[in-house]
Amino acid sequence: MSLLRVSDLRLGIGETPILKGIDLSVDAGRILGVIGESGSGKSMTALSIMHLLPTGTRPTGSIRLDGQELLDKHDRDMCTIRGKDIGMVFQEPMTALDPLKTIGAQVAETILVHGGTSQRAALAEADRVLGRVGLPADLFPRDRYPHELSGGQRQRVVIAMAIAMGPKLLIADEPTTALDVTTQATILDLLRRLVDEDGMGLIFITHDLAVVAGLADDIAVMRQGEVVESGPTGKVFRTLAHPYSRALFEASSHVPVRDPSLPGGEPVLVVDQLVRDYRIPPRRLFGPAGTFRAVDSISFRIERGENVGLVGESGSGKSTLARAIMALEPAQGGSIAIDGEAHDAKEGASLATRRKLQVVFQDPYGSFDPRQRVDTLVTEPFHLLGREAPQGDERKRRIATALENVGLTAADAEKYIHEFSGGQRQRIAIARALIIEPSLIILDEAVSALDVSIRAQILDLLAELSDRLGISYLFISHDLSVVRSITDRVLVMKNGKIVEQGPTDEVFRNPQHPYTRELIAATPNLERALATRA
Amino acid sequence: MAEISIVPIEAPRGTLLSAALRSPSFVTGAIVTAIFVGVALLSFVWTPYDYAALDIPHKLRGLSGEHWFGTDQYGRDVFSQVIVGARTSIAVALIAVGLGVGIGTPLGLWAAAKRDTIFDELIMRANDLVFAFPALLIAILITSVAGPSATNAVIAIGIFNIPVFARLSRAAALSLWARDFILAARVAGKGRARISIEHILPNILNTLVVQITIQFSLGILAEAALAYVGLGAQPPTPSWGKMLADSQTLVGLAPHLAIIPGLCIVFTVLGLNLMGDGLRDIFDPRLQRSRQ
Repeated sequence: MSLLRVSDLRLGIGETPILKGIDLSVDAGRILGVIGESGSGKSMTALSIMHLLPTGTRPTGSIRLDGQELLDKHDRDMCTIRGKDIGMVFQEPMTALDPLKTIGAQVAETILVHGGTSQRAALAEADRVLGRVGLPADLFPRDRYPHELSGGQRQRVVIAMAIAMGPKLLIADEPTTALDVTTQATILDLLRRLVDEDGMGLIFITHDLAVVAGLADDIAVMRQGEVVESGPTGKVFRTLAHPYSRALFEASSHVPVRDPSLPGGEPVLVVDQLVRDYRIPPRRLFGPAGTFRAVDSISFRIERGENVGLVGESGSGKSTLARAIMALEPAQGGSIAIDGEAHDAKEGASLATRRKLQVVFQDPYGSFDPRQRVDTLVTEPFHLLGREAPQGDERKRRIATALENVGLTAADAEKYIHEFSGGQRQRIAIARALIIEPSLIILDEAVSALDVSIRAQILDLLAELSDRLGISYLFISHDLSVVRSITDRVLVMKNGKIVEQGPTDEVFRNPQHPYTRELIAATPNLERALATRA
Repeated sequence: MAEISIVPIEAPRGTLLSAALRSPSFVTGAIVTAIFVGVALLSFVWTPYDYAALDIPHKLRGLSGEHWFGTDQYGRDVFSQVIVGARTSIAVALIAVGLGVGIGTPLGLWAAAKRDTIFDELIMRANDLVFAFPALLIAILITSVAGPSATNAVIAIGIFNIPVFARLSRAAALSLWARDFILAARVAGKGRARISIEHILPNILNTLVVQITIQFSLGILAEAALAYVGLGAQPPTPSWGKMLADSQTLVGLAPHLAIIPGLCIVFTVLGLNLMGDGLRDIFDPRLQRSRQ
C-alpha cells in the first residue's frame, strides 16, 4: 500500500479551477518528482496535502496518508500531523528561518511542539538531528543564528526542522532553486541519504528536469492543474508518451540554431586589469577602513557579434563586474573601453558610450516601472540620444520595429506592463535594449526566472537577433547548460578572478581548472542522469 | 511558489475607483470631509449673519431657528463663525501640509538619491533636529519673533510637517532605488534628479497621499491648539480653536459654545482619518486580497 495516495484532488479559487483531479501516490522510501511550469498547480498540491491553502479555498477528493484521510481533518488535528508525520522544506532558506532565534532553538521547537519531552531532551535531540544533516555540533554550535550561516547551511537547518520528528512524508518545494549548483548537489545528496536511511517518502517539487532525472524514483508531470503523465522515472523519460512531456524535455535540452560563421573583427568591449574594491567598516572604533576586492585585475575582450558567457556562483563578483562595465559604479583600477571609447574614471561613461551598451535583467517583474506604458518603457534609452531622439512618426516606427523584432505587435505599445506574462515582459526588456541598436547587450541571468519552454523561445530569439543584427552578448548566468547552448566563449569566475576562459565547447569538454571541473560535475545534466539510469 | 508571491503594484485603471467606492471607511470619510470643505467654500459667498457683527442684547442665546447654533457672549452668530472658522482651519492645515509636502518630499527624494553621502546625512540630521522640538514650541518661537497670526501658525505647522514627509519619501524611495527598473533607467543615462521625478515620485504617490490625509487632520488639531493658546488667527477672524478658547469661561452658562466647535474638529479629523485608512487599504494590494 502506498504511503500517500492523492486521488481526484480538485481545487478552485473563486471561479477559476486550479487543480482538476490530481492523482498521485508516494511509497515509503521512494522519491516522487513532481515537475511542471509556473501555474501548473504543483505548489497548490503540496499545500493541499499540508492543509496550508489560502483561506476561502476548499479542496475536494481524497488525500490518504497511511490509510488515514487527511482532507476531512479539522485544522486542530492537522497541527499534530504537520511537522510530526509530514515535514516540509521551502524554496527560500533566507526567509524560512526566524532571524532572531538560534538554529538549535528552531529545531528544538519542532520537537517541543509535538510534546512529550523536556527542553533539555529536545535540545539534545536537535543536536543529533543537526548532526545528521551535516551540521555537526563541534563545527556549528547550536547558538549560531541563521545570518551566520550560508544559504546551503540554512537549507540544512530547514531540512533538520522538517525531519526532526522522523516524518513519514517529506515535501520539498523547489528546495534547491535558490542555491548555487555545487550547494544544490550536496543538498540533493543529503535528501537522498535521508530518504534511504529513514524510509520516508519524499515529494520533490521542481521545474528542473535534470534535477528530477538524477534524483527521483518516480515522476509526475503536471500541467494546468492536471497530471499529464506519471510513472517510474526511467520509463517516463524513455517513452515520453504525452506531447507535453516531450515538449518539456525538448525545451530543457534546447540548443538554439546559430549562424556558424565565426564572429570576429574589431573588439566591442575591452576590459583591462579591472579592479573594484568595496569599503568595509573598520574593525575597531576609529580604525582604518578595510576594503574588499570584489573584482580582481580582470582582463577580457568581446568581439563584434560574439556571445560570451560569464559563469560563477553567487559572490564570485559577476554582477559587480557587470555594474562596472555599465559604468554604474566606479572602478578602482584598470580600464573599460566600449567600441574603442574608454570609461572616464570620474564621470563614468559618456552618453555616446552608453548608447552602445544595454542590459536585460533577471526579474521580468521588477525591471519595469509599473506606472508607465510600454511605449514609454521601451523608449527609455532614447534619452541617450539627446536632441537626436526620434519624434512623432519616426518614434512610433522605431517602437513598432523593436516590438516586432521580439515577436510582439505594435499595438502592445499602448498597454501597461501588468498585462503581460513573465516571458512577454522579458521580450519587452529585450526590445528596450534593442531600440537604440547597441553593440553590446549584457544579459544578467536574463532567462533564469523563466519556465523552460519560455526560456527556449527567448534563447532562440536572442540567437536570431545576434546573428541578424550583429550584436554581442555578455551572458551572465549560474546555469551552465544555458551558457553552453548560446555562447561562443566562456569565462569562469571565482572570488573576483577569472580562473578559466576559452571557447565554450572546449571548456565544457575539457575543463582545466579544478573549480570549472567541480562546477560542471555539480550541474545536473539530463543526458548524463538518464545514461546512468539505463 | 514564485507565481503566488507576485503582487501587482498597480491595479488596472478603473478598478481603483470602484475599489474606493466599495471601501466603507473611504466613502464615509470622503463624505464627511466633503461636507466640511463644502461649508467652508460656502462661507465665501454666504453666511447667515456677519460673523463679526455684535448684537449684545441677544447674547448667549441657545440653538434656535433664528440663530441655528445660537449666539456667543457678544451676540455674534455661532453658525456664521463656525463656517468661517472652517475656512481658517482648513486653509491653515492645507497650506501647512502643502508646505510640508512641497519641501519635505524633494528633500527626502534628494537624500535617497544621494544615499550615504554628506547631503543625505545633513538633510536627515537637520530633520531629526526639527523633529526634536514639538510643533507648539516652534510656533511659540516663531510668534515671539514675528508676532501671532494665522500666517505664522501656518509656517509653524508647515515646518513641523517637513521632516515627516522627508523621512517618509526617503524610506519609500530607498526601497525603489534597489529595483531593476531604476537600474535600467540609470543604464539609459538618466541622472538621479530625473529618475527621482520620472520614476520614484509616481511610485511613492500612494504612500504620500495616505500620509497627507493623516497630516491634514493633525494640522487641523495643531491649528486649534495654537489658536487656543492665542498664537493662531487673531480677532476678529474666527477659528475653531479660538472659539473653544473663548468659550472656556462660559462652559457652565452656554455649553453649546464649546461643544459645537469641538464637534466640528472631532468630525473633520475623524473624516480625514477614515479617508486615510480607506486609501491605505485601497492602495495596498495585499490588504485588498485579504478583504476579498
